[in-house]
Amino acid sequence: MSAGNPKNPKISLRDFRPQISRIERRLFLKQGLSLGALTMLSGCTLKDDDAVDKLLWAMSRWNDRVQAAIFDPAKLARTYSEGDITEPFPFNAYYEQPMAPVIYGPDYQLELGGLISDKRPWRIERLRELPQTSQITQHICVEGWSAIGKWGGVAFKTFLERIGADTTAKYVGFKCADRYSTSIDMPSALHPQTLLTLDFPGQPGETKYGFPVKVRVPTKLGFKNPKYVTEIFVTNDNPGGYWENMGYNWFSGS
Amino acid sequence: MIGAIYKRLEKDRRNQMTIKGPNLQRSDPKLSDRIIHPLFVRITHWINALAVFIMIMSGLKIYNASPIYPLQFPPDITLGGWLAGALAWHFAGMWLLAINGIAYLVYGVLSGHFWRSLIRFQPMAAYRNIRLELKRLILHGTGEYNPVQRVLYTAVIWIVILLVFSGLTMWKPVQFQSLAHFFGGYDQARKIHFFAMLGLALFTLIHVSIAMAVKGTIESMFTGRLAQKPPKKTGAPK
Repeated sequence: MSAGNPKNPKISLRDFRPQISRIERRLFLKQGLSLGALTMLSGCTLKDDDAVDKLLWAMSRWNDRVQAAIFDPAKLARTYSEGDITEPFPFNAYYEQPMAPVIYGPDYQLELGGLISDKRPWRIERLRELPQTSQITQHICVEGWSAIGKWGGVAFKTFLERIGADTTAKYVGFKCADRYSTSIDMPSALHPQTLLTLDFPGQPGETKYGFPVKVRVPTKLGFKNPKYVTEIFVTNDNPGGYWENMGYNWFSGS
Repeated sequence: MIGAIYKRLEKDRRNQMTIKGPNLQRSDPKLSDRIIHPLFVRITHWINALAVFIMIMSGLKIYNASPIYPLQFPPDITLGGWLAGALAWHFAGMWLLAINGIAYLVYGVLSGHFWRSLIRFQPMAAYRNIRLELKRLILHGTGEYNPVQRVLYTAVIWIVILLVFSGLTMWKPVQFQSLAHFFGGYDQARKIHFFAMLGLALFTLIHVSIAMAVKGTIESMFTGRLAQKPPKKTGAPK
């Protein structure tokens, strides 16, 4: 029965016990290695050019397409009552609050560019002459927090039609007084709740929420809602944006 | 610690117990050839293990960006380096988790794996001795899930399903607003997602501890076969 008996060469598993336990150990090590490999991956942060980062970028572009397909232009974001409004509404930007730009209203001009037939700049008084509407919706930040606020102004679709924007184009881009920039897809720009905002949450006269012009897009994450907008342009080349170019998902729909 | 307790229980079992059950005669050559973990289960298991590690580690980094509770996770156990990196990992990993998970669920239903391994309890009834029954409750390595495994594995499947749907709610609270309504809104879904993650992490901790404590279980999750053990003089049936 045992391996020590040469006259009975019957193979028993017992004879291979040392080898088997070596294999077991190796498998165990292999697992340890794959866990180690996983922690090595934590170096992949979208900031380098290695293969994993390329894969993550490619997946993010794939997710843009999936989100565009999921987006239903008729689906409205939930609206809330005045009592639900978060006070004070949180300030958020890529800089601290004292760095927020203060714009003198009477000097302000909204510039237009790209695939727009009437590119004459707009002053606040003229924007006020367009039909005004307001909404109370939930602002969701990419960081995870949320706040409910009230925004008032001109339906963005109305504005785009008024300036003769090519609404068959793919993208609307925004440039801001704080050197921030972002861009959205045309279907989201034409969504009935997308708003060229002139009235902000909080106290009247506070500039930190984007005075004089913010674009409120309740179907997108907070960072896709530019403040202190100084230029709007329509294009077929994705303009990207401040955070998007660093690795945040471009579509970032809600 | 769980591992240590389990090791003692297993040692105790090997030394004292003699079970005349069809599945315990490990030296039986036919049994050693028998596949106890189907190939499909093994493949989806290891893909899922990778996906779960990606989702939990990147998720902890995302949580840290805006904690719900006065609690932050150490950066060493997170993935992605910064918020955008963690989100990219999370939203890439979700495809791996979901596609692999759906494949596993479809296989589990169609092949009868769920029925045989998770739901059906008849083989248990074969044991008359209540003491053996109790020991059997946590017995590992027989090629059959014990009752505790059945409960935990069934629970973890539902936890992952809960994670997927609460996650979809957070990802698209406007587009999937009936789902958001079901979970009580975005913020509520976020809390549910967090606690379901804790459940999954706890399961993983127990699962990995026991797998490491009971010799041969990890090996058989690769090979599909019972790990070969020399027959014990004290416990082997004559």
